[in-house]
Amino acid sequence: MVEVKQLHKSFGDLHVLRGIDLEVKKGEVVVIIGPSGSGKSTFLRCINHLEQPSSGEIHIGGVNLDDGSVDINLIRQSVGMVFQQFNLFPHLTVLQNICLAPVKVLNMPQADAEELARELLRKVGLADKESSYPHQLSGGQQQRVAIARALAMKPKLMLFDEPTSALDPEMIGEVLMVMRELALDGMTMLVVSHEMGFAREVADRIVLMDEGLIIEEGEPAEFFSNPKHERTKAFLSKIL
Amino acid sequence: MVARYFPFLVRGVGITIEFTFISFLLAIVLGLVIALGRISENRFIRIPCQIYIDFIRGTPLLAQIYLVHFGLPQIFGYKPVGFVDALIALTLNSSAYMAEIYRSGIESIEAGQMEAARSLGMTYGQAMRYVILPQTIRRVIPPMGNEFITLLKESSLVSVIGMEDLMMRAKMMAGRSFRPFEAYFTAALIYLAMTFTFSRLLGRVEGRLKASGRS
Repeated sequence: MVEVKQLHKSFGDLHVLRGIDLEVKKGEVVVIIGPSGSGKSTFLRCINHLEQPSSGEIHIGGVNLDDGSVDINLIRQSVGMVFQQFNLFPHLTVLQNICLAPVKVLNMPQADAEELARELLRKVGLADKESSYPHQLSGGQQQRVAIARALAMKPKLMLFDEPTSALDPEMIGEVLMVMRELALDGMTMLVVSHEMGFAREVADRIVLMDEGLIIEEGEPAEFFSNPKHERTKAFLSKIL
Repeated sequence: MVARYFPFLVRGVGITIEFTFISFLLAIVLGLVIALGRISENRFIRIPCQIYIDFIRGTPLLAQIYLVHFGLPQIFGYKPVGFVDALIALTLNSSAYMAEIYRSGIESIEAGQMEAARSLGMTYGQAMRYVILPQTIRRVIPPMGNEFITLLKESSLVSVIGMEDLMMRAKMMAGRSFRPFEAYFTAALIYLAMTFTFSRLLGRVEGRLKASGRS
């Protein structure tokens, strides 16, 4: 599904990603953890080219993103993204937020888009909020709408960039529950998160990043109980 | 004396308002085009727009009016039409200021909005049109109102190429009556009445925007 080879990214003199190799198979849930500043978010944002990689290769569904003939907009249609700050469109209602891209990008008839949006809102438990504006919702509700908005494009891959980091503790659970269901439905997911409970329970694989490199990866049980790398041990001892 | 000439002056008000409104409406459109060019990633679009804005904002409107009315006909060899030239000069001038208003409005929208739109597969144009610009509108209305009032006052300069606006009529009244103080002071008061009315209207619109203030 996703194949990343020797990915580098620099911002000026700052070398943020220093050669990342990662493969994610269809239906796999990979959780990326690591200290802040380790390049996790940058890595995720490179995958749908919100950040332009400095060098290296990214393949999504067998397509090389750096091939000059690739239409990045077409790739992004099949790669949903959920942001730390939700980034809902404040001038649109919940329903309009979800319908906008299917209607304008996929040319889906408005009625079909609304039907799809209502179905997705039911799925994330917000069927009664379709006429609300984002500012009328709690953070957890906004994030669930953002997930529904991304799902409306029927993506093959979902990227989550610290989806619960901006939420009050009591709202984290409702967002993780939606993500858990999504994983059970077989969605391929790449999640940057500090939620270790979620990682342990839902992830097929945990990846630890530090200083722009992947330090260690493995299945959750093995990863948490028997980390091989010293830095992994140090990191886990701080957060568990 | 003032009473006798007042109707004469007031007939110039129509012309002043006409120039102001038409060039304002044209500048709303042209200004947006220039603003989008100014923030374009393509430097062959961005740099000309930047130069245009810098040139217009860095030179006097009076010089611009003379350039359009006398300078361009000399180069291109056509017969100048005062009314059209005055409109063009005012529009070109206001567009540059309008472009800067749009630009600061667009740049005030959080980067996450563009990223969210692009991550859904929208093109840059679609993201601008459906996500960024609709949010920009309520932020640019107040400064655009100020630009309108500036334009209303600055339009008095078209009198130098013979447009019979309020200013020109004040000049004529001064000449005929030999009472320049009364003539220019009355004209000034009429300008004040207009700008005062429009700024009050603007204040009301702003109040309403704030009251319904999402985002």
